[in-house]
Amino acid sequence: MNSKQTIITIKILLIITIFFFSGCGTDSKNELVIYSARNEHLIKPVFDVYTKETGIKIKFVTDKEGPLLQRLKAEGSNTPADILITVDAGNLWHAANENLLFPVESEILNKNIPVHLRDPENMWFGFSLRVRTIVYNTDKIDPTELSTYEDLADNKWFKRLGLRTSKKVYNQSLVAMMISEYGIQQTEKIVEGWVRNLAADVYMDDTRLLEAMAAGQCDVGIVNTYYFGRLLREKPELPLAIFWANQATGGVHVNVSGAGLTRYSKNKDEATKFLEWLSGQTAQKIFAEVNLEYSANPSVEIDSFVKSWGGFEQSKINLSRAGEFQQQAVKLMDRAGYK
Amino acid sequence: MKIFKIFLTGFSGFFFSSSGRSGAKHLKIFALCLSLLVFIPLIIIFSSLFAPSDKIWEHIYENVLSELLLNTFSLIIGVSIGTLIIGVLLAWLTSIYEFPGRKIFSWTLMMPLAMPVYVIAFVSIGILEYTGPVQTFLREYYGRELHYFPRIRSTVGIILIMTLALYPYVYLLARNAFLSQGKRALEIAQSLGYSRKSAFLKSALPLARPWIAGGVLLVIMEALSDFGAVSIFNFNTLTTEIYKAWFSLFSIQTASQLASLLVIIVFLFILLEQRSRYRMRFYQPGKTAFKQDLIKLRGMKSFIAFFFCLTILLIAFIIPFIQILAWAASGIKTELNQNYIKILSNSLLLAGIAALITAGMALLLSFGSRFNRDKFNNLFVKISTLGYALPGAVLAVAILLPFAWLDNNLITIVDKLFGIESGRIFSGTLLALLTAYLIRFLAVAHNSIESDYHRVSFSIDESAASMGVTGADLLKKVHLPIIRNGIFAAIILVFVDVMKEMPITLMTRPFGWDTLAVRIFELTSEGEWIRAALPAVTIVLAGLIPVRLLMKYSAFK
Repeated sequence: MNSKQTIITIKILLIITIFFFSGCGTDSKNELVIYSARNEHLIKPVFDVYTKETGIKIKFVTDKEGPLLQRLKAEGSNTPADILITVDAGNLWHAANENLLFPVESEILNKNIPVHLRDPENMWFGFSLRVRTIVYNTDKIDPTELSTYEDLADNKWFKRLGLRTSKKVYNQSLVAMMISEYGIQQTEKIVEGWVRNLAADVYMDDTRLLEAMAAGQCDVGIVNTYYFGRLLREKPELPLAIFWANQATGGVHVNVSGAGLTRYSKNKDEATKFLEWLSGQTAQKIFAEVNLEYSANPSVEIDSFVKSWGGFEQSKINLSRAGEFQQQAVKLMDRAGYK
Repeated sequence: MKIFKIFLTGFSGFFFSSSGRSGAKHLKIFALCLSLLVFIPLIIIFSSLFAPSDKIWEHIYENVLSELLLNTFSLIIGVSIGTLIIGVLLAWLTSIYEFPGRKIFSWTLMMPLAMPVYVIAFVSIGILEYTGPVQTFLREYYGRELHYFPRIRSTVGIILIMTLALYPYVYLLARNAFLSQGKRALEIAQSLGYSRKSAFLKSALPLARPWIAGGVLLVIMEALSDFGAVSIFNFNTLTTEIYKAWFSLFSIQTASQLASLLVIIVFLFILLEQRSRYRMRFYQPGKTAFKQDLIKLRGMKSFIAFFFCLTILLIAFIIPFIQILAWAASGIKTELNQNYIKILSNSLLLAGIAALITAGMALLLSFGSRFNRDKFNNLFVKISTLGYALPGAVLAVAILLPFAWLDNNLITIVDKLFGIESGRIFSGTLLALLTAYLIRFLAVAHNSIESDYHRVSFSIDESAASMGVTGADLLKKVHLPIIRNGIFAAIILVFVDVMKEMPITLMTRPFGWDTLAVRIFELTSEGEWIRAALPAVTIVLAGLIPVRLLMKYSAFK
């Protein structure tokens, strides 16, 4: 090849080489690195406020929990991550179980976050509540007919129930918490009853389920409240309403979007400060409101739209159970034919 | 075009000394290294087979395995038959016959390629399910519940959707074959007294077999590793179970075992395909015929051809595209900001670099095979292309592990030697990400280049050598003109694939390297499908750029 081509080739290669290494940078002290399963548009607003208040920069990558945990594991003591954020308790429990998290002893966190929403050994803390309850079609059902998740297995709901796929962790956590409460046998009967009562194939997500309910394909279903909120904010005319499940028997099922300090964080003090800040008024309000969730810190005021759905009693069983029983829950749902 | 040529020259320059004599040896070592690159992740996945089977495997075996295997095989058989029929028919029509709209169809029919499979799946459910406009309209029209409407989320449904999304792989490669030799083969066969139909079946079609088989193989691999579309249809396959074992049952070991099963299935298909054309070679004397006279269709026939192309284009591309366009328009305010441009340029840059690298590597791999025609080299080449069949996330972990291992061990060494903290060198850098893309998409590039290479006979190399043309010159002056369509096709396929790629990008991207696909993941993982329409539209539009370029610079007119 001639010299002109050689030069251009070298240039191209040089550019590529620069790109290769642009990813490397030294972790400065004034910086936190976060691996997050909570989406960018739900956490970045919180990060931005923190950076503004403290000057500490936050670098983050988002991914599903499974790959994030695997990445933490592979990187081991060399990981750049200081904090892991997930959208459910089960995966936090699993991360702690895999020895990827480090306990945080903090009076602020203990004071701000209720006991059942954090790990008994302080490995992780819930920062927002995701409430999974019953929603029904107001044209077809009188709320007095409704009572509990278990009741939805009753024959009177034959071909009227709608469910989201069992592959979603929210349903796995719900069933796991039921196992911890009622044991495997009874829970399996309930899930079998649900499957029998299905009005249609299970849906891929809560929004699809809500729309099917509004259109009349099914009468009643189990969803997270923020999906309901999101849909109703756009289409307030839909004949849907929330029913708080299990109010007389232990409270409605809740999950958390939470976080933990990584075992090999090089910045444990700063990271702990950030977690403490997350549990405070300012952060809690943004953290919950961007997605119409409920703050984990009970002293924080609830968004007025969310408040209009009414108050509820929540289940006080510690959420680490959701992780402990998740495997059994998934197997149980497989056996019951819940796809 | 020019950039690529220069790039290529530089690339081959690495392997050939000025004499070009030692090149063959270098290329063999190169094939070995490349297959090693794929081999390491595969070994990591396969090592799970020797781990003791746990309770989860038992559970899967007892409760779901038969359903999974049935679904998986129905899917790949259905989709390969579907894409074979549609892809070959369309390719034949647009490359041999002249009918109204042919010119536009010939490249627009490739457009579904730019559309991620999960987008078509999602849109079709949105339109056809109970809550969608079709059924709602019918219910209102009749004033009651419908007695019968075909189930959309069913085996047939997912096969149809995947066929529509994936047929361009077959179309692109088959068209390449027909364009270069179809009509001539047809003429020769007809001059020997065959009718046009049997001339097609007996001469043009068998001659195009390496291309068609290469395309179908890509389709099978893509269908096997698909996670997005099958989850939208809630259709349980081996791949969905891999993810379930990993994410829900917390057993990466079972996930790897299932993934090994998947790789074995693909390898069987590859061997089967190879066996079926054992000792067959497909040569093309002389250079490719660029402009052939097309056979003019008249009357009813031309109408049917037009209508068939239009129907496929409508349901595979235009309707879904209009739907996401409408959604994108409603979400444009919240999505379009400064950050969006950064994301877009990240996507284009990554896809561009990855496409050039991957196509270059694939070319060298094929070129090298010409001088090293032994079984080992053949095996290396086959292994090098297995990365495409693995579910993205599983491959991502298997790629990450060796990188992280290297990092962790290098760090101890560097620390000991110099007493400084060196940070990470591989994992979380672009080097890792681009390597991962190479491992994943080498098959795509290789299949389209390799099938083109089938028509460069070895006697061409020999006569070139007798004239003193060897090494890089042989590649540049003799081979390139013949196989340039294949190279273009390779670049486009990889470019578009990287644009759409999700799990590997998610797991191995450096900080701040979010792409359009990452944005789609962010939005869809919280069920915000409508908001995800804008990045989806952008991916499609960006994918059209290389498709257009292909038209301009190649014989695909």
